[in-house]
Amino acid sequence: MSAHTETMEPVSGATTKTFLYVWFALLFMTGVEVFLAYEQIPVLIFLTALVGLSVIKAALIIAYFMHLKFEKLSLFLTLFPMLILCIILMLLIFMPDSNRLMMMRPR
Amino acid sequence: MSQANSTAAVTSVWSGGRSPYAVNSKKFGMWLFVISDALTFSAMLMAYTYVRLSTPNWPTPFHFSPSIIFSTVMTFCLLSSSLTMVMGVHAMNHGNRKAAVAWILATMAGGAAFVVLHLTEWLNLINNEHVTPFSNEWGVPLFGGTFFALTGLHMTHVVIGLIYLGIIAFAVGRGKFKAEDVEVSGLYWHFVDLVWMFIFPLVYLMSAKI
Repeated sequence: MSAHTETMEPVSGATTKTFLYVWFALLFMTGVEVFLAYEQIPVLIFLTALVGLSVIKAALIIAYFMHLKFEKLSLFLTLFPMLILCIILMLLIFMPDSNRLMMMRPR
Repeated sequence: MSQANSTAAVTSVWSGGRSPYAVNSKKFGMWLFVISDALTFSAMLMAYTYVRLSTPNWPTPFHFSPSIIFSTVMTFCLLSSSLTMVMGVHAMNHGNRKAAVAWILATMAGGAAFVVLHLTEWLNLINNEHVTPFSNEWGVPLFGGTFFALTGLHMTHVVIGLIYLGIIAFAVGRGKFKAEDVEVSGLYWHFVDLVWMFIFPLVYLMSAKI
């Protein structure tokens, strides 16, 4: 068995101030989501806004709190493209079908 | 000598003997787990959205008070616990074990508050709105089935995270474990937070009753 090196790079990354900014941004976006839930806007726009804000929040958590912004690009490229592809495949396969089921219901 | 250096320079990082990702194996293992678990939650959220879209009379039992208020406070608890967790990792990276333990305990407090509020919200749904995993008064049993499965799986992750963080805090307090171990536990905790960022809007806010 070959010797495997476990050396770590020196600690780098965001400062405490950055973490606080990210936290405030996440709280603000949560507030916007709750506000939108009680506004009279079309469902499709509401859903798009909610998913869009959630994706931004997830990206902030992954980048700063989970430190991925400060890791090597190879780690990101190994982990995320296939996750995104699988989610897109699920969306493409199931969402049109759920709409079809809705249309097939007797009126 | 210079020839040896140039040979080493052109050797690919993928040719073995060192980590191409420049992360330790525990961290890489946790990342792989996080990605696979993300697929599980994606599939469950997809299933919830599927039955929701294909059901015309989908129930909207989440009143502003208490459901939306509770779930908003729960979001605040999880987001704040993520901040304290990252501060714990930061403290541990700088060799301050005492501060790291304090931050991890604060994270656990946020997580425990989330679980208590979530259980209260569940009891409110069961007792006042008569929603169970198998039936409800709107005649849409899939609502309870998908809702309790999705939020139940997430709550299980939070409880497991609390146990995990408890073990880490105890060990760090006794001078065991390294900064990388705290960072790995932080990855798990942030993932639990991240999943809630999708459950909260898609389950609660999309079914909010004005």
